[in-house]
Amino acid sequence: MQRYILVRLTQGVITLLMLSLAVFVSVHLTGDPALYLLGPEGNRQDYEQLQKNLGLDKPLPVQYAVFLGNIIQGDFGISPITGQSARKTLMERFPATLQLAGVAFLLTMFVGIPLGVLSAVKRDSVFDHCGKFFAVLGIATPSFWIAIMAILLFGAILGWLPTFGRGGIDHYILPAFVLSWGGMAGIVRLVRSSMLDVLDSEYVKFARVKGLSERLVIYKHALKNAVIPALTFGGLTLAGLLNGSVAIEVVFAWPGIGRLMLQGINQRDFPIIQATVMAAGLFYVVISLVVDILYAYVNPRIRYD
Amino acid sequence: MATVSISKTGKAWWKGAYQRTMSLRLPWISVFIVLVLLVCAAFSPLVAPHDPTLISMLDGKLAPGENLKYPLGTDIMGRDMLSRLIFGARTTVFISLVALGTGALVGTVVGLVAGFREGWFDAVAMRAADAALGFPTILVAMVIVVVLGAGIESIILAVILTVWARFARMIRADVLGIKSMDFVTSARIAGVSMPLIIWRHVFPNTVNTLMIITSLQVGQVILLEASLSFLGLGLPVGEPAWGIMVSEGKAVILDVWWLSLLPGLAITAVVLAFNYTGDWLRDALDPKLRRI
Repeated sequence: MQRYILVRLTQGVITLLMLSLAVFVSVHLTGDPALYLLGPEGNRQDYEQLQKNLGLDKPLPVQYAVFLGNIIQGDFGISPITGQSARKTLMERFPATLQLAGVAFLLTMFVGIPLGVLSAVKRDSVFDHCGKFFAVLGIATPSFWIAIMAILLFGAILGWLPTFGRGGIDHYILPAFVLSWGGMAGIVRLVRSSMLDVLDSEYVKFARVKGLSERLVIYKHALKNAVIPALTFGGLTLAGLLNGSVAIEVVFAWPGIGRLMLQGINQRDFPIIQATVMAAGLFYVVISLVVDILYAYVNPRIRYD
Repeated sequence: MATVSISKTGKAWWKGAYQRTMSLRLPWISVFIVLVLLVCAAFSPLVAPHDPTLISMLDGKLAPGENLKYPLGTDIMGRDMLSRLIFGARTTVFISLVALGTGALVGTVVGLVAGFREGWFDAVAMRAADAALGFPTILVAMVIVVVLGAGIESIILAVILTVWARFARMIRADVLGIKSMDFVTSARIAGVSMPLIIWRHVFPNTVNTLMIITSLQVGQVILLEASLSFLGLGLPVGEPAWGIMVSEGKAVILDVWWLSLLPGLAITAVVLAFNYTGDWLRDALDPKLRRI
C-alpha cells in the first residue's frame, strides 16, 4: 500500500512538472514578455534593463528553474492588468470554484446514486425509462446551453431563482445543478448497471433464499457492492467538474477561477494564466490522487505489489 | 417465360434487400439526423436559403415562423438563422472530421506499435495516454490557445490531444490479444517484417474496434468543439458555428430566445443521433462490448 501511494505521488508530481513546463514554454512561445510589458514607448536601454530584471537574459533552463522555484512558493508575479499579485487574485477566486464544485459533487452523488438504484430495482418501469432519458440527455446536451436555458426558464419566465453571481443558497441551485447533470447521468447509468449485476449474483440470491426482506437485501447486501464503481467514477467526476465549470462560471457570472482563467487568456495576462492553470492542475492531481488511494483502500486487488 | 422469371427475381431481390435492411434494426431517426447533417455540411451553399453572414438590419430579430422568408427567424443583425445553422453544420463536421480523423490515425498507430512491441515505447505511450485521458481538456485547450491564439487550429489540436489516447488504449488492448494468435506466429516464423505483420495481419483485426470507438467518440468531439467555440477559443465571433451562436444569444436571451435555443437543439440532436448510431454499431459488431 505504501509503495502504491508513493508511485501515485510521484506520478502526480511528474504531471505537475509537465504542466509547469508546458505553461513555461507556452508563455515563451507567445512572445517576449519584456517587450510586452515595455509597451510602445520604451527604448532599447529600458528593454535590456527590464530583461535583466525579469531574468530573461539567463539561459532557458535557468529561467525555468527560477520560474519553478517561484511557483512552488506561490509567486506567480504581478498582473499587468490589475496591478495586483496573481496569487492574491487566485486566492480570492478559488473558494468560489471549490464551493460550486463541492455542491455540484454532492448533488451528483446524493441524487445520482439513489436514482441509479431505483432504476435498477424498478427495472423497465416508467421511472426507469425516465431515468434513462434523463441520463441520455445529460450526456448529449452541452452544459453551457442547458445553463442558458435554465436561466431563461427559472430566472426569466418563472422568476424562481437568481441567475447570476454568488450569494445565498439559492444562488447555488442553478449553476450546481447544471454543472452536475453530466456527471449525474454517468453515475445513474453506472449504478444502474452494477446494481443489476449485483442483484443477479449468488450472494444476493442466497440472501433472498434465506428469507430476508427485499428491502434488507437491496439496501444491506446489494447496495454496498454496487456503489464501489460509482465512488471511483464520482472521484473522476469531481476532477472533471473543473472542465465543465469554466463554461458554467461564464454563463452564471460566477466569480471563480474558470472565468478568471478565460479572462486571463483574453487579456493575455500571463501571471493570471500561470496561476489559474497551475491551481487547476494541482486541484486535479490532488483529487485524483486521493480517489486512487481511497479506491485502493476499498479494493485491495488494484494495489501494486 | 424468361421475362416473367426476370421480373420475379427482380422483385424478390428488392424485397430481400428491403428485408435485409430492415433486419439490421438501424436506429432510423438517428441515421436520418446524421444524413441531414452530412448533406447540410457537404452542400451548405446549395441548401442554405440565404448568405449566413449577410447582415440586413431591417429584418433583425424575426422570431421563427414570423416571416416565411426566414423560416427559423433571424438574429439581432438580421442574419438568417436557418442558413447559419446549415453553415454551422459544415463547421462542426469539418472540425470533427479533421480532429477525429487525425486523432484516430495517431492513436491507432501508437496503439498498434505499443501493443505489438511492448517494452519502453509501450510504457511511455501508455503513461502519455493516461495523462491525456485524465487531464481536463479545457486546461489543455487553454494552454494551446495561449500559444497559437484562438482559432480553428487550436480547437482541432486540443481535440486531437485528448482523442488519440482513447484509440491508443483500446487498439493496444486488442493487439495484445491478436499477436499471440497462431497466424501472427506463423507470419513471424515465415520471416515477415514487423511493419508488414502489423499492416497485413494485425491491423485488419482491429478495424471493428476502430469503427466502434470512432462512432462513440463523434458525439463527445462535437460537444467538446461546441464548448470551446462557446468560450471563444475557436473561430472569431460572427462566424457560423453552433457554439458561437449559442454564445451570441446569451446576452439577449430574454429578448431573442431562439438565438441560443436553436443551435443548442441542433447540437443535442446531432450528439444524440451519433450516440445512438454508435451504440447500434457497437451492438452489431461486437456485443461483448455492450457494457462500455
